[in-house]
Order: sequence, then structure tokens, then C-alpha cells
Amino acid sequence: MVPLTHYLLLSGILFVCGVLGFLIKRNIITIFMSIELMLNGVNLSFVAFAAHWHALSGQIFVFFVMVVAAAEAAVGLAIIIAVYRTRETLNVDQVNLLKL
Amino acid sequence: MTPNPYLWLIPVLPLAGAAINGFFGRQSSKRAISTVALSFCGAAFAMALWIALTFSSASAPYFLDLARWIRSGSFNVDFAFYLDQLSLVMLLVVTGVGFLIHIYSVGYMWDDDGYYRFMSYLNLFMFFMLTLVLAKNYLLMFIGWEGVGLASYLLIGFWFVKDSAASAGKKAFIVNRIGDFGFLIALFLIIKHFHSLDFTSVFQAVAPMAKETSGAGLLTAIGILLMVGAAGKSAQIPLYVWLPDAMEGPTPVSALIHAATMVTAGVYMVARSHVFFERAPMALMVVAIIGTLTALFAATIGIAQTDIKKVLAYSTVSQLGYMFMACGVAAFSAGVFHLMTHAFFKGLLFLAAGSVIHGVGGEQDMRKMGGLRVYMPWTFRTMTVATFAIAGFWPLAGFFSKDEILWKAYSSEYGSWVFWLLGVTTAFVTSFYMFRLWFMTFFGAYRGATARDGHGHNDHGHRHGHDELHESPWVMLGPLVVLAVLSVVGGWVGIGGRFEHFLAPVFQSGGAELAIEAADAASKTTEYLLMAASLVAAFLGFALSWTLYYLSPAVPARIAEGLGGLYRAVVNKYYVDELYALLFVKPVLDGSTEILWHGVDQGVIDATVDNSADSARHVSDNLRHMQSGNLRSYAGWVAAGGAIVIAYMIWMGVR
Amino acid sequence: MLHLILFLFFGAICVAGAVNLLAQSHPIDSALSLVVVMVSLAAEYLLLGAEFVAAIQVIVYAGAIMVLFIFTIMLLNAGAEERTKGSRVAIVLGVPGVVTGAVLVAWTLVHRVNSIQTVSIGALPGDPRDIAWLLFHDFLLPFEVTSVLILIAILGAVVLASRPDAVARRHHDHEAAKPLPELVGAGKER
Repeated sequence: MVPLTHYLLLSGILFVCGVLGFLIKRNIITIFMSIELMLNGVNLSFVAFAAHWHALSGQIFVFFVMVVAAAEAAVGLAIIIAVYRTRETLNVDQVNLLKL
Repeated sequence: MTPNPYLWLIPVLPLAGAAINGFFGRQSSKRAISTVALSFCGAAFAMALWIALTFSSASAPYFLDLARWIRSGSFNVDFAFYLDQLSLVMLLVVTGVGFLIHIYSVGYMWDDDGYYRFMSYLNLFMFFMLTLVLAKNYLLMFIGWEGVGLASYLLIGFWFVKDSAASAGKKAFIVNRIGDFGFLIALFLIIKHFHSLDFTSVFQAVAPMAKETSGAGLLTAIGILLMVGAAGKSAQIPLYVWLPDAMEGPTPVSALIHAATMVTAGVYMVARSHVFFERAPMALMVVAIIGTLTALFAATIGIAQTDIKKVLAYSTVSQLGYMFMACGVAAFSAGVFHLMTHAFFKGLLFLAAGSVIHGVGGEQDMRKMGGLRVYMPWTFRTMTVATFAIAGFWPLAGFFSKDEILWKAYSSEYGSWVFWLLGVTTAFVTSFYMFRLWFMTFFGAYRGATARDGHGHNDHGHRHGHDELHESPWVMLGPLVVLAVLSVVGGWVGIGGRFEHFLAPVFQSGGAELAIEAADAASKTTEYLLMAASLVAAFLGFALSWTLYYLSPAVPARIAEGLGGLYRAVVNKYYVDELYALLFVKPVLDGSTEILWHGVDQGVIDATVDNSADSARHVSDNLRHMQSGNLRSYAGWVAAGGAIVIAYMIWMGVR
Repeated sequence: MLHLILFLFFGAICVAGAVNLLAQSHPIDSALSLVVVMVSLAAEYLLLGAEFVAAIQVIVYAGAIMVLFIFTIMLLNAGAEERTKGSRVAIVLGVPGVVTGAVLVAWTLVHRVNSIQTVSIGALPGDPRDIAWLLFHDFLLPFEVTSVLILIAILGAVVLASRPDAVARRHHDHEAAKPLPELVGAGKER
């Protein structure tokens, strides 16, 4: 019998790691992977709550999250490839054409 | 009270002339302008004459309710005109002398570029003055009052490109305004306590009120405040300083406005308001003191002036002081009598001075004149008449009116021998400086430069072909002769108290004009004695100036050196202008510059606007850095914001 | 008891993998740590009884998405990260913000949420039949929409990632095969 809060704490730790990775890392692809990490953390809390409240729709939602994450990863990586072709760099600090 | 449906024409005819000349004068020929100006003014004069001829004391006063104006609850003011004996006298003086001066101006101002403007302003002045004289309530009179101030400003500053003229116009207007402030407060008091400004209603309401013998009361306040207004308009102490400066205007302006008509508006107003003054002895005392002091003070300044027009200006101030002295001892008809005769001889003096100035090519300094009686005979003759008249020699006009005042100053229940003594002294000084002017201008050797280089353009920008001293044309001399005749015969209406009797219905409505009955046989001897004394004073003045300026012309300079500081003080008008500049003008200017301009306008308003713009710029400068295009900084902001939201939600949930 | 031990074991692997992702400098190392995280998460799902989700996690997430990531890393030949001037805001504002938020949430969870709420092992069995029932009955619309979404994503990815000149070169090859009509006509005229 594991208290629910443990699952939620684990989920929170994963999410925080994902955010920190987003803030700290300089490689675009690594930042993307941090996003995936965030999504995973959220998935875990969904499943934990579904189990707690005996509502299967929590797992359905995880399903959809995964689908969207897949689509997003595909498109995002395509964009990264396109950016790499023009900029010759994967350093996010050097892709700042939108500055004022 | 009988209605007269034509009263409104008298002011409006000159207004029409002013409008026509003002709008169309620029394209018109000088002939056309003159015709318009003279005919409209002449029409007003003709109407005044006709009213005078058909005037009957039984059906007086005439009135005309022209139009409604203010209806505010129970307070009503209308455009209404009023004509009684007092108005009639003023009307004849204003239109008659005004018409003569219009004719004179045709000759005097002919060569000026702004000729049409001048004639338009003259007619405009006539309109306002006639409104003032014919008004049936204080508010309409105040419109005329302000309007003549405006016309005076326009005409003094007629040659506005000259700095001194423009400043003189402003000075006149501003000093007048100070007096108007007092006048307005008086009007407010009248409105508050009598709920009307109409002469008839107000005077009827005041008539049953008792005399305020203890000195402090409503009527005293109204009286003193009215006197403040009169002091501004009629150049009495302490508001006389604008009149000498007003000599910057053309000479016809000085004659009309600053001798004959505008400055007498104050006297007229005090005479009209006699009902208040007769019930407020303290106010009467104030009026008399101001009048007497001004008369003597201005006369002493006049003896040292070298500009011919300045001498006449101070003489005007002094003679106005006489009129106020008369009103101050409740001898209102005497004051009005002197007003009338003064209009004749002072107007003549100014016009003749203008003729002299014209003849010498613009020079106004008497030290550069002399011996002109040979070159300008008619000017000399008329000016001689005027000088003897103002000095008070019998049988000319000035003698009768001035003597009437001096007698009343002595014998009236409000008068005293002090007033009489000061009045006689002033008569002596007046005679002295007027004959000084006469001798310096017309006798002796000519000390000027005109015969050689000709064109001094001090006063009238007049370009002649002549290089030598010459007499003026008849268009200018004609009015001089007419006024000279009037200066001779004008006083004869006062013989036997006929003038006083004529004005009696006006001043008896207050019920305190008992000076007429007070002249009983016992005091007739005193009257003749005093008459003799004033004649002696006039003669002494003549004798002294004859000695100093005809027999030994080098002596005055030595006396002036000997007196040193005193002489300099008198020449510099006792430094009154400098005193005012120090006390009033400088603080206002400094306060305005430091506090209002630097402090409020630049420091507060400009600073607010500038600072708000600056701060907007600074804020945006700093905010700009938020949008750096850097993905990670955006993420940082999002994370921080998210943390805040989470904290807030937890806090709300915990509460 | 067993539940707790297993949970802690797999949870430790998760956290270790996540921290390693942050610590590594080469992206391929980060990708591999992420795979570890996902597999251990699948184990966690199994502990909660979500069989289908666990299977999908391994097949789709670890098996397809992470493979795509690794392919991209290898394709672009991204090396280890260099040190460049980053954003001060992210470090100064973002990290403390995240940490604060995390601490607050943790505090709330530990002190406020009722600790006796527990989840038992295999609490909610999510077998494919039940999932399928929900998916095709109650959640049919989202399902169809997400399938369209995937289609669009595929199209987008293809377009975005294609070489711009590859299309032109194909056109060019096509054009080169055809004869040029003007020259022929010109020759005729002359």
C-alpha cells in the first residue's frame, strides 16, 4: 500500500527535472527531451489518480497524451532539422532572431 | 418722466461711423473717411442741440427703455437711456467739443498712414462716452466706462510701433482697471442691498436713509469705492500716473479724451451718485481731500516740466482735482460747471499746443521754442485766451467756475477754510505755470532748430514741404477760434446762479443741496472778499512768471541749481512712478517670473509632461530587454510566473 | 510492503535517469537516460495495474519517439554542448522559481493531503478490453481527432524536413528530358 502522495511526489520530481533541463540546457534536442520528460511526469500523476479514484478515463487521457507527444516530437524534430540547415548550429542561444 | 424714442440714436450714430470707417476705411479715400466720421459725429451733435432746444424742465427727465438685458430672479438690468439736466450738460459738452476736435483731427492727422483707423477710433470713443453719459443704470454706464478706457488705450497707443506709446496705452488701461475694481465692488454692494442698478430705483431706495454720521456704514463704503473708480478714470491720487504718459498719443486724443471728456467721466459719475455721498459725510471728506491734494500736488509738478504737453497733462490732473474738491463739499453743480468750462479752455489749450507742435515741425520741448507769436498769430491769440481763462482772470470762463468752487469750499457745511486756502494756493501755482508756458513758447527769442533742418516727428509724423515755422491751416484753426469764444462766454451762464438753478432738480432729489439757500446777504461780503483773493492769486502768478520768464530768463536756471535736490524731485514727478514700479510692478514681475513661470509653468507643468514622457521612455527601455529572442529566458519567466501562481493558489487553498 | 519496495526501486531508477539527463553534456547520453526513465515508468504503471498504458509506453514512447530522437541526433551529428553565454534570467529567475514552486507543492502534498489515501498494488486493472470500450464509445471523437492530428503531423514533418533544392532538382530532371521547343522552331525559321 503506497500512499498516493508518493506517486505524486515522484511525478513532481520528474516534472521539475524536466523544467530544469529546459532552463539549463543549451542543445535544442536536449531541451526537447526535457519536454518529453515533463510529459512523462504528468502521465504518471494521471495514472496514479486514475487508480486512486477507480476512473479508467485517466488512463485514456494518458493514451491521448502519448499520441500528441508523438506528433509533437515528429514535427518539432523536423523544425529542428530545418533550423539546423540554415543556422548550422543546435545552440538555442544563437537562434534569437525574434529579439527586439 | 417722459419717454423719448430717439435717445438711442445719439450713441449709435457715432458707432455706425466707427464701423463704416473701421471696415471700409482702408480702401476708401481720405475724403470719404473724413466725411463719414464728421457727418456721424455731427449728426449726434445736431441731435444733442435739438434736444437742448426742445428741453423743458417740466417734462424732464427723458428716458428710453430700449431692450431687455438681464433678467435674473428679481434682479433686472435693461438697455435703457436717461436724460436729465446733468446728462444734457454732459451731452452738449461731449458732442460739441468732440465735434470740434473731429474737425481739427482732419487737418492734424491728414498725412498719417493710419488716418482711417484714427477716425474710426474717435467715433468709437464718442459712442462709448455717450453711452456712459446717457445710461439709465450703473451697468450700462460701466459699459461706457470700460469702453472709453478701451478707446483711450487704442488711441494712446495709436502709433503702436513706438514702444513708449504702446507702453503708455497699457499703463493707462491697467491703472484704470485698478480703479474699476473699486467701482465694481461698489456695484456689487449696490446690487446686494438695493437689488437693482437702475438710477431711479436705487436713488429712491437710498433717499429715506439717514446720514451716516459715525463714518462707517454701507453708504460710506459705496461712496469711497465709487471714488476709487473715479480716481482711476479721472486721474486722481494715487491713480493719476497714467495721464502724463498718455501724452504719447496724438494731440487731438489728448484734447478730447484726456482733457475734455473721458477724464470727466469720474466727476460725472460722482455727481450722478450724489445721493450716496450726501448721506455719507466721511466719503465726502475722502473725495474732498483727494481732490484738493491732487490739485496742489499736480500743480507743483507742472511748474518744472519742459514738455509742453506734459505741463498741460499735469494741469488737467490739477483741474480735475478742483472738480473733486467741489464734489467733496457737496457742491456738485459747481464741479459740473468747472467741468464744462475746463472742457472749453483745456481742449483749446491742447489743440493750440498741437498747432504749435505742428508749426515747429514736431518739437515739443518748450526750451526749444520761443517768440512764436510772430509766426503763428492765430494760435497765439486763441492760446492767450485759454491761458487767461485757466488762470482764472475775470471775465473769462475759468474765473467763474473756479471761483464758484473756492467759494463753496469755504462756505459749504462740509467745507472749511483749509480747502479754500489750498485751493487758492493751487490757483496761484496754476497761474504761474500756465504763464510760464505762455512766455516760454510765444515770447523771447526763438531757440529751436526748425528753420534749418525741419522735420522732427515727435508728435504727429507730419511731413510738410515747409522748412520754416508756419501757422496751421484753417481746418485746425477754426475749432481753436470757436473754443476761444466759448472760453470767454462759457462762464457767463454761471452768473447769478443760473447754472446752479438749472441743475437744481437733479441735485435736489437728494434733498441735501442746501448750499443754494445758504448764500444769504451776510456772507455776500465774504464771497466778494474771497473772489478778490483768488484774483490776486492769479495776478501774482502772472507777475512771478513775467519776472522769471520774460524779464530775466536766466534766473530760473539759477534758482533750479540753487534748489538742487528739491528741484530734481519735482522735475522727476516726485519719483512716484519709480515708487510704484518698486512697490507694485517689480514684485508682480518678479513673482510672475520666478513663481509662475519658472516655478509653475516650467517646474510643474512642463516637468510633469516631460517627466511622464521620460518615465514612459525609461520604462519601455527597461521592459525592452524582456524580449530578447532567447528561448531560455522566456522559459525562465514562465517558470517564475508559474511558481507565483502556484503559491497564490496554495495560499488561497490554505486559507 | 512489496508494493512500496518495488515502487521505491523503480522510482529511484526514474529519478536517477532524470538527473542524468540533466548532468550529461552529450545529447545522446541524455537520450539514453530518457529511455531508462521511460522504461522504469512503464514498470510503475504496471504496479498501478495499467497494463495497456505500460505496453503503449514502451512501444510508442520508448520504442518510437526516443528512436526518432536518437536518429535525429545522429543525423545532425550534434556534438557535446559548448559553453556559450546563456540567459541570466533563466538561471536567476527561473531556477529559483521552479524550485520554489516544487517545494511549495511538495509541502502541500506532505502536510495537507490526507496520507491515509493509499493506492494498492494493481489497483485499477486497465486491460485492453476496458480501455477499448471507453476509447471507442465515450472518447470516440477525441480518438478520431487525434488520428487526424497524427496525419497532419506526418505531412508537416515531411514538408518541413525536406531539402528545398531536392524538389527543384527533381523538377529540373523532369524538364531536362523534354526537348526545347524554341530552339527547334528557331532552327526551322533560319
